Amino acid sequence: MLVKIALLGLVLAIAIFGAFPLIEQQQWLGLALLVLVTAVIFWVYLSPRRIPAKYLIPGTLFLLAFQVFPVLYTMSTAFTNFGDAHRGSKEDAIQAIEGASITKVEGSTDYRLAVATEGDPITGDIVFLLTDFETKQSQVGTSDGLEPLPPEGVQLSPLGNVTEAPGYTILTIGAAGAREEDLADFSVPTENGAIVAAGLTRAFEGAPQRAYDEACDCIKDAETGQTWTADETDGLFVDDQGENLAQGWQVNVGLRNFADVVTDPLIAKYFFRTLVWNLAFAALTVAGTFALGLLVAVVLNHERLKGQRIYRSLLILPYAMPAFAMLLLWRDMFNTDFGLINRMFGTEVNWFGKPVTAMIAVLLVQLWMGYPYMFLVATGALQSIPGDLKEAASVDGAKPVYAFRTIIFPLLLVALAPLMIASFAFNFNNFNAIYMVSEGGPFPPDNPQIGATDLLITYTYRLAFGAQGAQYGFAAAVSVFIFLIVAVFSIIGFRRTRALEEVN
Amino acid sequence: MSELIPPSETSEPIPIRTGTITAEDQKEAVVRLGSAKGGWWRQVGWRHLIAWVALFFGLFPILFLFSAAINPIGTLSTAQLIPNGASLENFSKLFDTTEYVAWYWNTMLIALVAGTLSMFISACAAYAYSRFRFRGRRLGLLGLLLIQMFPQFLAIVTLYLMFTTITDYYPRIGFNTPWSLIILYLGGALGVNTWLMKGFLDTIPKDLDESARVDGATHAQIFFGIILPLITPILAVTGLLGFIGYVNEFLIANVFLTDPESKTLAVGLFGLVAGERNNNFGVFAAGAVLAAIPTVVLFQILQRFIVGGLTTGAVKG
Repeated sequence: MLVKIALLGLVLAIAIFGAFPLIEQQQWLGLALLVLVTAVIFWVYLSPRRIPAKYLIPGTLFLLAFQVFPVLYTMSTAFTNFGDAHRGSKEDAIQAIEGASITKVEGSTDYRLAVATEGDPITGDIVFLLTDFETKQSQVGTSDGLEPLPPEGVQLSPLGNVTEAPGYTILTIGAAGAREEDLADFSVPTENGAIVAAGLTRAFEGAPQRAYDEACDCIKDAETGQTWTADETDGLFVDDQGENLAQGWQVNVGLRNFADVVTDPLIAKYFFRTLVWNLAFAALTVAGTFALGLLVAVVLNHERLKGQRIYRSLLILPYAMPAFAMLLLWRDMFNTDFGLINRMFGTEVNWFGKPVTAMIAVLLVQLWMGYPYMFLVATGALQSIPGDLKEAASVDGAKPVYAFRTIIFPLLLVALAPLMIASFAFNFNNFNAIYMVSEGGPFPPDNPQIGATDLLITYTYRLAFGAQGAQYGFAAAVSVFIFLIVAVFSIIGFRRTRALEEVN
Repeated sequence: MSELIPPSETSEPIPIRTGTITAEDQKEAVVRLGSAKGGWWRQVGWRHLIAWVALFFGLFPILFLFSAAINPIGTLSTAQLIPNGASLENFSKLFDTTEYVAWYWNTMLIALVAGTLSMFISACAAYAYSRFRFRGRRLGLLGLLLIQMFPQFLAIVTLYLMFTTITDYYPRIGFNTPWSLIILYLGGALGVNTWLMKGFLDTIPKDLDESARVDGATHAQIFFGIILPLITPILAVTGLLGFIGYVNEFLIANVFLTDPESKTLAVGLFGLVAGERNNNFGVFAAGAVLAAIPTVVLFQILQRFIVGGLTTGAVKG
C-alpha cells in the first residue's frame, strides 16, 4: 500500500515536472495528452477493480508511445512521397525556393554578422546578430524577423561584429561548420525580401529573384521570365520542358509506391531476387544452426562422456560474445588482403567481390553466431525427454539411430518448432548480420541500390537513409511488404506447430 | 564335419536359451564395453573428436580476437591466430585515445536498467494475460505478436522526429542521454518475451493462486510473493537476453548518440573500425575483449536457467 502511494506520488511528480516546459511553450495538445495519461494511471490504480489493467498499463503505455505510434505513422508515409526534397508543405517549398533565389539588389543594406544560437550551440535555434554597416545599430534576426538587440552587455569587435551578447551563444567557425546544413536554410525575413549570410561574418538584405504567383499557381523568375507550374500529383514545380525545381513538397501518392515495387522493371527484378535470397538466407540459417546445434547436442548428451560441463561452457561462448563486435571481426577475417581466412588457407579469394562467395561468407558467419543457441536449447529439450521413452525403445530392440529418428527427433521438433519459427522471423530481418559484414554487396553494375547479399531490410535502410537521398515514402512501402511477408510466414508456421502439438 | 556333430551339441543350447541366456548376454556386453579399446572409441571417443571440432570452429574467432588485442603492432594484417607477442599497447591506446570508459558505463547503465525494467514490465503483462480473463485479451496477445513483425527501426525517422521534440522540452531524456534509449527500448518490452513468460506462467497451477486468495492474499501479494519467485528461470532468461540485446543494439543508438562521451560500446567500437580498418584493429579488438566480459560472466552464471526457461515456455506457448 505504501509502495503504491509512493509510486503514484512519483508519477504525479513526474507529470507536474513534465508540464512546466509544455506550459512555457504553450503546447496545449502535449499538455492535454500528459494530463490524460496521468488521469488514466490514477483512475486505474486508485480503484480496487480493473486488476488486469494494473498489470498491463506500464508496458502498454511504452508500447503505444514508442512502437505503435511510430509504426503506424511510418506506415502512413507509405502513401506519400515523403523524402529528400519532399519533406514539408507546399508553403515550405515556396519559402525555400524564394529564399534560395535571394540576390543582392541595388541599395540593399549590408550587415556585419555574428552567427549565434539561443542556448546550446548544437541544438539551439540559430539566430543572426547583425550590425548595420552605416548606423552601427545591432539587431537580432530570427526566422520570424528582425528585432532590436538590447544593448546591455553587448560587445562589438572593431569591425562591428557582435562578440558577446547575453542570452546568446556566439558560434566559433568550427561550431558554425557543424551546423552547416541549418545555416544553409536560414534566412531572416524582412519587408523587402530577406537577410541572408555571405560567409560567416557578413550578411545582406536581398530580394528574391523567383517568386510564387498565386494567379497561375506557379513560380516566376523575375530576370528570365521563366515559369514553373505546380504539379500537385508529384509535389513539384515543373516548367514546360518537363524540368522541375529541386525543391518539392510532400503529397499523397496513393498506392504508387506499392505499385512501383511490383511493376517498375528495375525495382521489381531486384526486389524478387532479393526476396528469394532473403527467404533462403533465413531458412538456411535456421536449418544450418539447428542441424549443427542438434548434432553437437546429441553427441555430447551421453552420460559416460567426461568433461560435458566444460565443453558446454566453451561451446556457448560465441553466443555470449557481443554480436556487433564479432560480426565486425568476421568481416575483417574475410578481408581479401589482410584477412585471417585467406592467410590461414593461403587463398586469395575476394570474398565480398562475387555474389556466391559473399553469400557463403555471410551464411558461415550466421552459422557461427547461431549454432550455440540451438545447441543450448536442443540440449535442454533432449534432457527433458523422459528417460523411460528411450529405454522402452531399446527394450523393443530399436537401434539407437532408428530410435532417434522415429521417437526423439519428432519430440524435439515439437518442442523446438516455436523457437525455430522465432529464429526464422528474426533472421529474416537480421539487419546487423548483413550490414556489418557485407553491407549488402557486391552490387550489380546497373543498380547500386540493391546488392547480392542485401536482405529486404538492408535494402529498405539504404532507400531511407542511403547516400542516394532519402526516399522515406518508398522505404515505408517496402517495409509494409516485409511486414506482410513475415506475418504470413509466422502465422503459417504457428498454425503448423499447433497441428504438430495436437498430433502428439 | 557337420554329419559328425553329435546331437547333443545341437541340442545343448536349447536349455540355455530358456534359462540363462539373458544373463550370459549381459555379462558379455559388459565385458565388451569395459575392456576393448575400440569399445571406448565407439562409445565416447568419437564424441570427444566431434566436440573438439565444434570447439575449434566456435573458438578460433575468439582466439583471433584475443590475439589481435594483445598483438603489439595492432594492425589487422599483422594479427595472427596464435599470439606472436604480448603487450598491453592496444589497451592503453584504447583508454588514452577514446572515451572507452564512458562508453562502457553508458552501455552497462542502458542494458542493466532497460533489461531489468523490461523484464519486470513484461512479467506484469504476462501475469495479466495468464491469470485474468478480460475484454480485448486475445486481441492484445495477437497484437503483441503482430507489432513485433514490423521492423521497428524503420520507424526511426518518426522516432527521430519525436525525440527532436522531446529533446527541446526535456533535454534530460533527449538525444545523447542514456535515458532516451532506455525509455525507447521499454517500448519493446512487451512482445515475444511476454509470450514466453505467459507460456511459462500457464504451466504453474492456478490452484496455487486460488488457495492463497482463499487465505486472504491480495492480487499484488500473490504476484510478488508467489508468482515472481516461481518464474525465476524465465525471468533470468528474458533479463539476460534483454541485456545482451541492448548491449548489441546499434542502429537506433547510432542515430541517437552523437557525442563521443554519450556513445555505447557498439556505436563507439563501430566508429573505430569504420574508417581506419587496418590500423585500429588492435584497439578495436582490445575494446571488444573487455566488452565481452559482462555478457560472458552472466551467461556462465545463468546457463542452467536458459535451457530450462526457453524450452518450457516455448512448448506451452
